[in-house]
Amino acid sequence: MPTTLLEVRELTTRYITRFGESVYAVDHVSLKVEEGKSLGIAGESGCGKSTLALSLMGYYFAPLHYMSGQIIIDGRNISGMDPDDVRKSVLGKEIAYIPQAAMNALNPTQKVINFIEDVIRVHDYGATKQQIYERARTLFERVGLPESVLHKYPVELSGGMKQRTVIAISVLLSPKVLIADEPSSALDVTSQKMVIKMIKQLLHDGLVGSLIFITHELPLLYNVTDDIMVMYAGQIVEKATAREAVFDPLHPYSKGLMGSIIVPEEGLREVKLTAIPGVPPNLKKPPLGCRFAERCKYVQPECIVNAVGLRNLEGGRAYRCIFSEAELREAYKNG
Amino acid sequence: MAERKVCLSGTGLTKIYGFGRTRTLAVDHVDFSFYEGEVVSIVGESGSGKTTLAKMLLGLTSTTEGDIYFQGQKRDISTQKKRLEYWRNIQAIFQDPFSSYNIFNKIDAVLLDCINMRGGRQFPYSKKVEMMTQACSFVNLKFEELTNKYPFELSGGQMQRLMIARVFLLMPKILIADEPTSMIDACSRATILDMLMQLRDEIGMTIIFITHDLGLAYYVSDSVYIMEHGKFVESGSADEVILRPKQAYTKRLINDVPKIYEEWDLSTV
Repeated sequence: MPTTLLEVRELTTRYITRFGESVYAVDHVSLKVEEGKSLGIAGESGCGKSTLALSLMGYYFAPLHYMSGQIIIDGRNISGMDPDDVRKSVLGKEIAYIPQAAMNALNPTQKVINFIEDVIRVHDYGATKQQIYERARTLFERVGLPESVLHKYPVELSGGMKQRTVIAISVLLSPKVLIADEPSSALDVTSQKMVIKMIKQLLHDGLVGSLIFITHELPLLYNVTDDIMVMYAGQIVEKATAREAVFDPLHPYSKGLMGSIIVPEEGLREVKLTAIPGVPPNLKKPPLGCRFAERCKYVQPECIVNAVGLRNLEGGRAYRCIFSEAELREAYKNG
Repeated sequence: MAERKVCLSGTGLTKIYGFGRTRTLAVDHVDFSFYEGEVVSIVGESGSGKTTLAKMLLGLTSTTEGDIYFQGQKRDISTQKKRLEYWRNIQAIFQDPFSSYNIFNKIDAVLLDCINMRGGRQFPYSKKVEMMTQACSFVNLKFEELTNKYPFELSGGQMQRLMIARVFLLMPKILIADEPTSMIDACSRATILDMLMQLRDEIGMTIIFITHDLGLAYYVSDSVYIMEHGKFVESGSADEVILRPKQAYTKRLINDVPKIYEEWDLSTV
């Protein structure tokens, strides 16, 4: 039985605006990641992917607030903990987060090694310079970064190199869960491949226990992660293995997302890309029924009034739609 | 096939930045000819000189050597008047929509500028509003919602669409799109590409895509130029270059893109 490293049960978090309105950006999300596995989170901008990543860390700062639900990392519930405790005992050691513009996280006035010293000293006050250097050097060697990077300032590194350095630093304390939020979106294809290779290697070598990878680039997710979760307007709309999610999506929204994939492979030019019309709903006043209803091609009158629950299928697959599996497949076949 | 007219061409185009020790050869004697109504992609990794080439074509930076020919004649942008005249024919959409607008000007001003530039200065205001409404509806925006707003009040996708609305008003002969979709997500990307293609069909515009996304290049373009270290290493029709690449560099680039039907080989970096 593989160990479950991260389990999230019905997590709900909200933003409170300065006018006192609540925006439910993560709404009853449940997920599970096992040791050595990776989970991908897909969805368009503004559907709560990054907020989910922030919420998973258990470290909340205004305007993001915790509402309900549990986050269990390796048997320990961290939801509702004091932010200071979370920062000291959870971040870095249990869960590490690579934000979207990670390369800007390096301190421009410090050499990389001095930055690493600061990071390690927060968790291990007594470490000597020698020990820290040794530790950083071993890690950099393992992930294929040259030792000379340690003695450089961030401005001397290229974008891809900076990104890989930040990732290496974030896994210094061997976290159980690594959350990568669009780690390669600002890079060109070659640097992107290097970053991806490094992340996969970290997971393979056990330097991180498990991986949560967030991006809107579906071909990338398909190649990196074991499972894919599609989010829409703060809710999970589909959970499936990567292969099923890309080649056999069930939810109409996932279907639309998969229809916008662009890859340089034969046959692409003949395919018409399907764009989903409209924009995601305003989460200050989320729709009563299915949140995707107003953009859905197959919308029924009851979709608009009744909330739709997640349907669980065999083999861990789930989707949120009133139609049955067979009905959806039939509808897609007819266009 | 009907005879194609050359719209924009260049011979021996070169750009050198700096001198002495810092001398950098950004674009190295490139020759090209883009035809009317064609969609061209210039593909290369970061630092290969794609954007420098685009800037030279736009006349935003000077050329070190070589000539650019616009509709068969040598381009002349020596005075501001001639430069404006040239910009009436060539327009651009940039990578970052957030920094493409003057934050002090309202959206109306952005669009009115375009109308004025096309010689609509003396039109009555109602006619101008009509034109702006039409341009906005072309890109699925509502002018009534935009009027009296500032650009920063829009989302990234909306800003990029407004950029296309500008192009719709200006009707240039050539559009240079420098990574137009790299800041927006996959879903809106399809919409933006669709709009650009529609524009091409409606006004017979030449579109030059500058991108590092080979999938995008393959999807939209008629011909593809692959750029490495300031030189074109391979060019030809999209099918030829992307599906049957000859140069090692092109093969590597294609190899680096994540795919869904073939295995993605991670061992080659």
